[in-house]
Amino acid sequence: MSDTMTNTQATGGDGAEAPRGVENLPMVKALNAGLRQAMLDDPRVLMMGEDIGRLGGVFRVTEGLQPEFGTDRVLDTPLAESGIIGTAIGLAMHGFRPVCEIQFDGFIYPGFDQITSQLAKLTNRHEGQLSMPLVIRVPYGGHIGAVEHHQESPEAYFAHTPGLRAVSPSTPNDAYWMIQEAIASNDPVMFFEPKSRYWPKGEVDFSSSAVPLHASRVVRTGTDVTLVGHGAMVTVLLQAAELAAAEGTSVEVVDLRSLSPVDYGPVVESVRKTGRAVVAQEASGFASIGSEIAATITERAFYSLEAPVLRVSGFDTPFPPAKLEGLFLPDADRILEAVDRSLAY
Amino acid sequence: MQFLSTDGVFSVSEQSEQYAPYLERLTEADHRRFYRDMSVVRAFDVESANLQRQGQLALWVPSFGQEAAQVGSAHAARPQDHLFPSYREHAVGFVRGIDLLNVLRLLRGVTHGGWDPKDPTNGNFHLYTLVIGSQTLHATGYALGQKLDGRTNTGNHETDEATMVYFGDGATSQGDVSEALVFASSYQTPQVFFLQNNHWAISVPVTTQSRTPLHRRGDGFGVPNVQVDGNDVLASFAVTAKHLDDARSGQGPQLIEALTYRIGAHTTSDDPTKYRTQEELDSWVAKDPIARFEAYLRSQNAPQSFFDDVDAEAKDFASDIRCRTLALETPDMSLMFDHVYSEPHPLLEEQKAWLAQYENSMNGGESA
Repeated sequence: MSDTMTNTQATGGDGAEAPRGVENLPMVKALNAGLRQAMLDDPRVLMMGEDIGRLGGVFRVTEGLQPEFGTDRVLDTPLAESGIIGTAIGLAMHGFRPVCEIQFDGFIYPGFDQITSQLAKLTNRHEGQLSMPLVIRVPYGGHIGAVEHHQESPEAYFAHTPGLRAVSPSTPNDAYWMIQEAIASNDPVMFFEPKSRYWPKGEVDFSSSAVPLHASRVVRTGTDVTLVGHGAMVTVLLQAAELAAAEGTSVEVVDLRSLSPVDYGPVVESVRKTGRAVVAQEASGFASIGSEIAATITERAFYSLEAPVLRVSGFDTPFPPAKLEGLFLPDADRILEAVDRSLAY
Repeated sequence: MQFLSTDGVFSVSEQSEQYAPYLERLTEADHRRFYRDMSVVRAFDVESANLQRQGQLALWVPSFGQEAAQVGSAHAARPQDHLFPSYREHAVGFVRGIDLLNVLRLLRGVTHGGWDPKDPTNGNFHLYTLVIGSQTLHATGYALGQKLDGRTNTGNHETDEATMVYFGDGATSQGDVSEALVFASSYQTPQVFFLQNNHWAISVPVTTQSRTPLHRRGDGFGVPNVQVDGNDVLASFAVTAKHLDDARSGQGPQLIEALTYRIGAHTTSDDPTKYRTQEELDSWVAKDPIARFEAYLRSQNAPQSFFDDVDAEAKDFASDIRCRTLALETPDMSLMFDHVYSEPHPLLEEQKAWLAQYENSMNGGESA
C-alpha cells in the first residue's frame, strides 16, 4: 500500500515540472491532477469509460488526459458498462492497471455482474496467483437536481461484496491522494466520488504525503456526541457541528473515508469518549453502510454508550424527483434532530 | 465447411478450398495425436461421470461429442496464444497441457479455480468461467492488451499473439457476448470467438436463442465469420488456424461457429430424455467425431496396433485420474480467507483468527 506516496517526483514531457505546494482547487481538478500523476508514475495505468477522452468526461474529471497520454491510454469506450468492466478485467489480466469511469451512480448496474461475480472473485478463484489492480470511479450521490438514476448512493452493494475495496473522499485533498493510492492498490477498488462536492474548492497539499487509504479520520473534535459519515455527508455533519456549537453542544465528526474495510479505531475511540453516536448517509438506511457502522459501534463500545446509536439516512424509497430531493437527503437540521434525540436519553 | 464426411471420406469442396492449405501444416503424427487426444479425453469424460455417480464429485460436465471441435481448434492455436474457456472445454485444456485432475478438483469442491494460467506448463489456458458468457469480455480485454503492448501484427506468425475464447449457443443470448463482439470489433482486437453450437442450452434448443444461423451475427458486428462442421476435427483445425492467423495479422476479431452436439447431459444433474428425442440423439451419434476420424485414419492405413495403443492409453489415463481423484484431500480452512484480497485486510484476518480459535475450542482446546 502506498502510504508513503509523495509528489516530489512529478515529471512529464521534456523536463521536470515545478513542484506544486498548496493550491485551492475543486475536487474535479484535484482528481484530474491525481489521475494525471498516477499515469505519469506508472505507464501501465490506463483510463476507460464513456466520453472520458475527447470530451474529458461529463464532469471533466479526465479533461486533458487523452491529449497528453494518447488514445491508447485514455480509451473512449462503447456505451456498455458490463463491457467496460469485463474488458478492463482482461486488460488487468494482461498486466495493465485500468481505471474505469462509470458515468453516473445509477448506471453501474449493467456492470454489476462483472464487478461482483468476476472482478471481486478473480483473485480468490486464482488462489492468489492473479491480482486485479482495477479502479472503478463512480460519481455518486444527490444535491445536483438531476433526473432519475443520476443521484443515487449504491455503495453498500459493493462494500457488502467480498473481494472489493470501497472508498469515498470528502475533500479535494483526499481526492487527490486517495485516487493515486487506489490505483496503486493491487486489489479492485470502488472509488465513490461525491459529485455534489465536485465543484467547491478546498486546499490540496501537493507537497505532503498520503495518509493510508483505509484510515478513517476525526475531522472535528468534540466531547458530547460523535457524528460518523462519508463523502458529501461529511460536509453536512460539519455544518451540523457548527450549528450545535452555537447552542453549546460539542460535536466530534469522523470521516470514514473507507467503506470496505472500515477503520473502526477512531470511530470506537470517539464514541468511548462521547458516549453517543449518530451515523449519517445519503443512501437508503435499510441494510446500509450506516446499519453496519451502528451495529459495530454497539458491539465494540456498548459499555460506553449513553444512548442507542442513531441513524440518519435517505428514506427507503427510490431517489425522488429532484424537486423533492431536499426532503429525501439528510441535511444539518435532520442531523441535529438526531443529536437532540441522542442527548435526551 | 467440412473436409470429412460422416463416413470419414476426405474431400475438398469449393467452400473448403481456401482452408485446405492449412491442412498442409499437419503430419501423419499430428493426425494420430488428434485421434489420441479425442480418445483420451472421452475416456476421462466417461470416468468422471462415473466418479460423480459414485459420489466422488459434486457434479460432472460432460464434453462427450464435442471432442473434434475442441481438439481441432486447440491444436490450431499457437503456443503464444491465450485461450479463455467456458467450463466444458476439457479437451482444449488437455491439448494445452493442463493436468485434467485440476478440472476434477473444481468439481469435487476443493477449489474454485484449479490451475495457474501464468504457469507456462498450462499453455496459456485460463480458468473456467461458470457464469455464461462473462469470459468473452475478459478475452476481449486480454486481446486488447496484446494489441496495446504490440505483441501482435508484427508480421511474424510464429511469435505474434492472439486470443481465443470459447462459448456456447446459449451464451450468444447473453449481453456480455454482444458487448464483447462490439468492443472487439471497435478496437479490432486479435481474437477468435469460438462458438460451439451443441444445439442445447440445458433443455432449451438453439432455435430459442436465435432465428438466424449464429455465425451470421458476426455480420452485424462487422466480424468475419464462418460455420464449420465441429465434428470434423480437420475442418475445425483448418478453420481455426486460418482465423487465428487472420486475427494475429491485424484483421481484427473473427467468429467461428462449430456445429456439434452435446451427446451427454448438460451436467450429471440433467435428464436430457425429458426434452429431446432418441431419434435426434441417434442422428448425432451417427456423426460421432471420433468414429469419423477413426474411419479416416484407417483409410490412410493406420495400423490396428495404433488404435489398440490409444485404447490402452485412454484406459490408463482414466484409471490414473480415478486414483488421484480419490486421493484429493479437503483443503485447509485458510484457503477460504487467504486469497480474497492481494493485500492485507483487517476484517478477514480477524475472522480467520476467530475461526481458528473457535475450531480449536470445539476440538477440546482452549475456549474462545
